[in-house]
Amino acid sequence: MLNYDLVVVGGGPAGMAAALKAKEEGVEKIVILERAETLGGILEQCIHTGFGLHYFGEELSGPEYAGRFIEQVEKTDIDVFTDTMVLNISGDNVVTAVNNNEGLMQFKAIAVVLAMGCRERPRGALSIAGSRPAGIMTAGTAQKYVNIDGYMPGKKVVILGSGDIGLIMARRMTLEGAEVKVVCELMPYSGGLTRNIVQCLDDFGIPLRLSCTVVKTHGKDRLEGVTVAKVDDKLQPIPGTEEYIECDTLLLSVGLIPENELSKDVGVELDRVTSGPVVDEYRETLHPGIFACGNVLQVHDLVDYVTEESQIAGKGAADYIFGKKKGGTFINTKGINGVRYIVPQRVNIEGEENLKLYFRVGQVYKGAKVVVECDGKILSSKKKVKLAPGEMENVTITTEMLKDMNKDSEIIVRVEE
Amino acid sequence: MKYDVAVIGAGVVGSLITRELSKYNIKIALLERANDCAMGATKANSAIVHAGFDAVPGTLKAKLNVRGVELMKKVCSELHVPLKNNEALVVAFSDDEIPHLKELLERGVKNGVPELRIVNREELVKLEPNIGDTAVGALVAPTSSIVCPYELTIAGVENAVTNGAEFLRNCEVKNIKKVDGDFVLDTTLGDITATYVINAAGVHSGEIAALIGDDSIEIVVRHGDYYLLDKSQGSLVSRTIFQCPTKMGKGVLVSPTVDGNLIVGPSAEDIDDGDDVSTTPVGLDKIYVNAIKSVPAVSLRNAITSFSGNRAHPTSDDFIIGSSKADKNFINAAGIESPGLSSAPAIAEMIDGIINELSGGFEKKENFDPIRPEPVRFRHMTTEERAKLIEKNKAYGRIVCRCETITEGEILDAIHAPAGARDVDGVKRRTRAGMGRCQGGFCGSKVVEILARELNVPMNEITKFGGESKIMYHKTK
Repeated sequence: MLNYDLVVVGGGPAGMAAALKAKEEGVEKIVILERAETLGGILEQCIHTGFGLHYFGEELSGPEYAGRFIEQVEKTDIDVFTDTMVLNISGDNVVTAVNNNEGLMQFKAIAVVLAMGCRERPRGALSIAGSRPAGIMTAGTAQKYVNIDGYMPGKKVVILGSGDIGLIMARRMTLEGAEVKVVCELMPYSGGLTRNIVQCLDDFGIPLRLSCTVVKTHGKDRLEGVTVAKVDDKLQPIPGTEEYIECDTLLLSVGLIPENELSKDVGVELDRVTSGPVVDEYRETLHPGIFACGNVLQVHDLVDYVTEESQIAGKGAADYIFGKKKGGTFINTKGINGVRYIVPQRVNIEGEENLKLYFRVGQVYKGAKVVVECDGKILSSKKKVKLAPGEMENVTITTEMLKDMNKDSEIIVRVEE
Repeated sequence: MKYDVAVIGAGVVGSLITRELSKYNIKIALLERANDCAMGATKANSAIVHAGFDAVPGTLKAKLNVRGVELMKKVCSELHVPLKNNEALVVAFSDDEIPHLKELLERGVKNGVPELRIVNREELVKLEPNIGDTAVGALVAPTSSIVCPYELTIAGVENAVTNGAEFLRNCEVKNIKKVDGDFVLDTTLGDITATYVINAAGVHSGEIAALIGDDSIEIVVRHGDYYLLDKSQGSLVSRTIFQCPTKMGKGVLVSPTVDGNLIVGPSAEDIDDGDDVSTTPVGLDKIYVNAIKSVPAVSLRNAITSFSGNRAHPTSDDFIIGSSKADKNFINAAGIESPGLSSAPAIAEMIDGIINELSGGFEKKENFDPIRPEPVRFRHMTTEERAKLIEKNKAYGRIVCRCETITEGEILDAIHAPAGARDVDGVKRRTRAGMGRCQGGFCGSKVVEILARELNVPMNEITKFGGESKIMYHKTK
């Protein structure tokens, strides 16, 4: 058994930021366990730019953004095990992991930070009828083939889903000489960032068809084509609108799912909407000493926000380790009227710092207001030019606002049109 | 090449026949047109070892099903293939269907199926608390089991190859001639000569028999769609839940799999193209509607994949097993639809009898080994067992498939096994890498990398399942 103050599960941007913050706060024995061969997580295959605009104030590629944190980790005495898979976390915070060098290892930790990231929703979850040939893959898998392995997974491409990875891959495949025929989006709006729609589709003349889906795949060995169709407002295909599109590749960018299998095993309570753990403002889960941050907690669109969130978790873990985290009085946050969820789900009204509530809306709004209220009293109201499901929003709760709350209060965030 | 016996088709039937015959001092070739065994109906069926109450008494189906159940235990234990005796229920959803259950019970008794009984709703709910509200009673079949059909097939081929049989992949039979008393098979791998030919070609067995002028085998391709649900749904039921059978087959079932998933299906639709395994929206809808009648808690939100298989339905309604009328040395094992998996060990035994009678009795091998060693299954091991294993071989310390906890060592074993994996799906069927909730999103590219390295070919030559199923094309700019 190896004894550590803090075990960080996952060495992507979330895990590194949390570990570094905890180090800065004075935590001595920290270890990062990473399943890939290197630190950096999914950023390693995101060779496009657009990372770091908020956090560093400059535009970096994924590997550059990760690189800055990897350098910092290397300068500290944080232990790092790469190519190491965590198999289990027990209720008393013992983390069992395995790799092919050290074999099985057990880490006893005072605190654990969950930073396992997320995975892409696969085809099976969509129930598209048709054949099962080669050439159907998630956009992220294609991204790895192109950017890491250096092979093209296709020549004529249809993309289903306009999530950010799909949009990025539309451009990437085009730059590599493939023909991207169309991006189909089931919803009447894109799930991706506006800047990605402009820079990855519009600039290359790639059509985005909204309210449209793939209803059938064709081809025995390799994909030969797909049938697409328009969908009605119940998202059901409209008969008669089917169109066959010849292609050898179907990329799926239809959603990300936080990878919480380890969290579930240890009994961490999950939020049904985010599929991530329920946390308080320090990003501590309902299981004492277990914290969560990054895409395992909620799917982010910008890594800059991941970093910010993970530093909160790192600080929270440090306070926990030093016994500084006192009880407090926790109340719930709740999103209504178009606000799908809020992270954190719990807030300490005795907290001594301002805090941000992060949320996503369920549809596109133009010129609507974001209203925060508590016990029937409006705490803030702010008009937004545009609110979209693809862009994470936040509101600030000041210590001033917390003063008037009691243990039965509930902080509500809603959209007002 | 000259062989004593050529078996055409490496599905579960061809696999177990080849294994059975590999105990003799003869040269056997198992010919498979795909890049791997278990590529037809074998990889896409309900995975049930049926008790045997459904088949009409006196038919080969009835006889071989019940015998198959007896033999299956031994075969699975020798081949180290998990077989789970989970029992089955045929559920009646109205009082009108109760006589149907009685009929099945009587049939079962005639077929020699032990321990059948009918229970009322109260008992049924005790057995399966998640059963639908409209269920009024059920036939209980305690001898029904579940098995992984491709695992059984792969294990059978491995064991046959270990005992000297040859497995020839990508070997499609185009024509058959008779030269000097032997069959000469014109295949995509060249001419193959054999004294005896066994036709286990599944949906194509009619076409294969026709090559020697035997037009008696009429096969209808019966298409069935399935859903496979996440392990979180695997414990909704512990038994295999059938509805009352119809003319088109045993209907939609809901069953746990040996690996802990939930399988739901099949639909049944007769089609023309035996190679068309596209799922259909109608079929998938139908399964769902029927499944929630049996088990309302089935949720397609937890579907991890859907797939379909083509069963070889003989118009005669019974298995066609025996010497062809056109040539006695050409032996058919055709029209093997349900309960084909259950019957497979008994079909192998029957073919063994037939061929020995024709040949006057083959000489037995002294060193025949019926045991296929148990593959390493890291996910089922205790911490201590894992630690020991990694100490012996570090490749077992590297997890490649995170959803199913599959190690690089297991993937290497699968590739280097007798008749080992040559493509990504082959690795998947042997190890379960890529079968979990992310469906290979993360490990797929790693598996390609390992296959390329071990087979010593560039990554863009690795396929999903052979043929033109390439995963990658040229190098990037």
